[in-house]
Amino acid sequence: MSKGRFSRRGFLLRGTLGGAAVTLGLPILDAFLDNNGAAFAAPLGGGPLPVRFGTWFWGCGMIPERWQPKATGAGYDLPPQLAPIKRVQQHVTVLSGFDVVLDGRGNLPHISGNTAVRTGAPADVWTAIRAPTLDVTIAEAIGSGSFFRSLELSADGDPRTSYSFSNGNSLNAAVPSPFELYTKIFGADFHDPNKADFTPDPRIMVRKSVLSGVGEQRRALLARLGASDRARLDQYFTSLRETENKLALQLQKPPPAEACVVPPAPTKPASSVDTTDIGNRKANHRLMAELLAMALACNQTRVFNFAFSTAASDLRQAGNTTGYHQITHEELIDRTIGYQPTVDKFATWSMEGWADFVEVMAGIKEGDGTLLDNMMVFAHSDVSYAKNHDVTGVPIMLAGRAGGKIKPGIHINGAGEPITRVGLTVQQAMGLSVDAWGLDTMRTKRNLPEILV
Amino acid sequence: MKPLLGNWTLALVCGAAALAGLASALSVARASAGEAANAASSTATPMLRRLTEAQYRRTIADIFGTDIKIVGRFEPDLRSNGLLAVGTTAVSVTAGGFEQYEQMARNIAAQVTDGVHRDKLIGCAPGPSDPKGEKCAAQALARIGLRLYRRPVTAPELRWLTTSTLSSAAQLQSFDAGLAATLESMLSSPDFLFRIDERGPGGVVDGYSKATRLSYLLWNTTPDDELLKAAGAGVLDTPQGLAREADRLIASPRFAEGVRAFFTDFLMLDDIDTLSKDVLIFPTFTASVAADAREQTLRTIAYLLVDRNGDYRDLFTSRQIAMNRTLGPLYDIPVEKDGWYIHEFPEGDPRTGLLTQASLLALHAHPGRTSPTLRGKAMREVFLCQQIPTPPANVNFAVVQDVNNPTLRTTRARLQAHLDDEECASCHKLTDPIGLGLEQFDGAGQFRTREHDELIDVSGAFDKKPFANALQLGQLFHDDPRATDCLVQRALSYATGRELDSADMPEIAQLTRIFGDDGHRFKALMRAIALAPSFYALSAEPRSASRIVMQKGKGKRS
Repeated sequence: MSKGRFSRRGFLLRGTLGGAAVTLGLPILDAFLDNNGAAFAAPLGGGPLPVRFGTWFWGCGMIPERWQPKATGAGYDLPPQLAPIKRVQQHVTVLSGFDVVLDGRGNLPHISGNTAVRTGAPADVWTAIRAPTLDVTIAEAIGSGSFFRSLELSADGDPRTSYSFSNGNSLNAAVPSPFELYTKIFGADFHDPNKADFTPDPRIMVRKSVLSGVGEQRRALLARLGASDRARLDQYFTSLRETENKLALQLQKPPPAEACVVPPAPTKPASSVDTTDIGNRKANHRLMAELLAMALACNQTRVFNFAFSTAASDLRQAGNTTGYHQITHEELIDRTIGYQPTVDKFATWSMEGWADFVEVMAGIKEGDGTLLDNMMVFAHSDVSYAKNHDVTGVPIMLAGRAGGKIKPGIHINGAGEPITRVGLTVQQAMGLSVDAWGLDTMRTKRNLPEILV
Repeated sequence: MKPLLGNWTLALVCGAAALAGLASALSVARASAGEAANAASSTATPMLRRLTEAQYRRTIADIFGTDIKIVGRFEPDLRSNGLLAVGTTAVSVTAGGFEQYEQMARNIAAQVTDGVHRDKLIGCAPGPSDPKGEKCAAQALARIGLRLYRRPVTAPELRWLTTSTLSSAAQLQSFDAGLAATLESMLSSPDFLFRIDERGPGGVVDGYSKATRLSYLLWNTTPDDELLKAAGAGVLDTPQGLAREADRLIASPRFAEGVRAFFTDFLMLDDIDTLSKDVLIFPTFTASVAADAREQTLRTIAYLLVDRNGDYRDLFTSRQIAMNRTLGPLYDIPVEKDGWYIHEFPEGDPRTGLLTQASLLALHAHPGRTSPTLRGKAMREVFLCQQIPTPPANVNFAVVQDVNNPTLRTTRARLQAHLDDEECASCHKLTDPIGLGLEQFDGAGQFRTREHDELIDVSGAFDKKPFANALQLGQLFHDDPRATDCLVQRALSYATGRELDSADMPEIAQLTRIFGDDGHRFKALMRAIALAPSFYALSAEPRSASRIVMQKGKGKRS
């Protein structure tokens, strides 16, 4: 359905359409190739520490009365479902009451809210999104200098659990396990940035040179294709160049990274471990978060997307016939307490996962502060109150200082403002020159001045 | 929303009461109409199709041998309009995906040029008359390139590949390492990863592209030497030559692979890869059981439709099923044989037909219990090509799914609440009654007669036709012309890699007639598609923009 809506070529090359007008990508990659990587490696060492961006996703939202703080500003109160973040509260900004505007469209359960938060407009299916997800836009701007443009991770074992899309047909698939993540980051291609000796590997020179050859020799194919296939092949060549860039970086001694410590390899888990069980999920998630922290500290990536659970949460408790998602719809509200008790537990457990994540990032010393200080993490869900798939007040939290660009640790109540204000603010904090973001009535030029330094 | 293509594609709107569902369905229809002007170019027969994971694996095995290991994780394929095959004409390669392809390529190239394989696969080496190995490289790369690119390597390409090999060899001080580097680049090139059509005369693709389409349709792998030779000699440009090659491919044992590939896609059996069941509730349903359940379904289909050249409709009523020792406990039958064999259930056994196989039963259920709604939805969407809208956002499921409800002990009793609620009933009357016909099979596909000590009632009606149990339900699917119409439509969409539109109606009518006249033999349908001129059409002309509106997505359940 999304296919013919615009020229896909334009979509790919310009990044967004009707959203932020970020003109990056190809020119930078080309410039980068000419310099054999020097242009990008430089800021990684000696200069200011890199600022990283990431998203953290959990499914099925929360129960608003049990989650939303009453007080705004710093030192906000922690209702029961937010109690788990007490240990990291000074790092976490809570954004409540920001709405997805459906504009008369149907509310497609667990899709409308998620697509709107991430692309600036709700879509009925992911293939029909009209702009890339904001992590892709940010990665285009800041991701090129590191080894991976972006890392997508899912703690549920499914590579399709990723909400990062360059366009509706282009899912950035997730690394679905700690073991695979370790191999990807610290496998054969890894150079420890803190090792004294470095010899460029001639095999890598050859790999880079034959790939450049494919890029040069096969470009002529483009002329033979129709517009939409040309856009697809364009994307292929862009991806090929990103691999070339990685190889170019491997030919240079990586700049030192003081916080980088190569972690021990995780053991391959037994296939019988049920990671839909909340206990196993939390353990798996924490292990992956620790590996991700080192991937960031070792300058392997500056952008990531991490899914704790799927949209319409896949979490369960082993032995229970009914999973969290079904429970959100079927559990009766206990009149004596005024809410769904099991739903409350799962929402709270999800927040424990979030607190773990922030704690891991805040636990790595870097420069005068911590890794988290040089990060901006954008955590969100697909709905607010899952029982009726409410997309008003979809919960968002931010963590980190973005290298001093944002103030952490406050609560802002959006009181029905469009949720795109958050996405706009985040992009600006990451240094993108955008003055408006979102589509249709969700388009906004108003950032959140309260959190920008 | 009106059905666009007569009765064989029914985009169901469940009823005026399903307001939210209707609104969302209409918004899809509106979007489709709104983009009609721009859609023309995207409905042209695509020129670029990404190999699926299965095709990549089989292609490498065919070219270099089954002992070449392929290690790595492929980008997920995209399911679009019901088929991964349609998604192959929409996807490209992401940065993460390319990185994987490059690593797999490196790995494959290293194996092809290692001590174990090089003599057989490369077949030459630098020597006194060819000190740098230039002749050897050119000869090996031309031969391998023909297979990898599914067309002859052009002279300038071959010059470049050879030069590149020699320069890499000099840098790495090894001819074989240089050759491996070149092979790696070929395996990472768009010519290998995508099937790229070449234009031939008369608005159709050229001979090599014909060979490629034919081979991936019937074998799900790259053309063999004989087919490439036929393509080069122009044999495929004559109806007789094309028929001869199509018949050769269908007669080959490899045709079963093509049939398995179609049914894997059609029945969405790729989802078995990520299927998980609660091991405390279903201790017998392990990951290996899941994989074997898929293999069982594919083997059963290959046996009935290929080995026996049977009637497609009989899949819904056959008592024969492929079985092995792993699956014995799930089906509650003692298996003494090693390996796979064809088991026959006694007459009247509830285990009859495809609908009662563990793969489909487990796939369309929750991790800890059954779901008549998901099963009913899948039966209509998969076998009848219908579309069931997603539920409205503010739906209240509380009564329906309270498994501890003291008065509503069975799933049927709880689901009755759907049908008592007018808003829910409009869609659920389509899904639940037929799904409940399979309630004697639990969430893992095991047979049972009781739920919470109550006898399970599996009677119902399928579009006003009554059935007493799963056996009779299978018979109703067997007798339903919508099922064979749907198969024809899906097979053509699979073959062409695109969604069908109103311009395809004459072709579909023709195929439906041939299929019916030939006793609904699947072989006959595949042969008819393989010989249809439209299968090789290279349509740059804008087609009618009225396309079949169906939901796309990842296939995650909401």
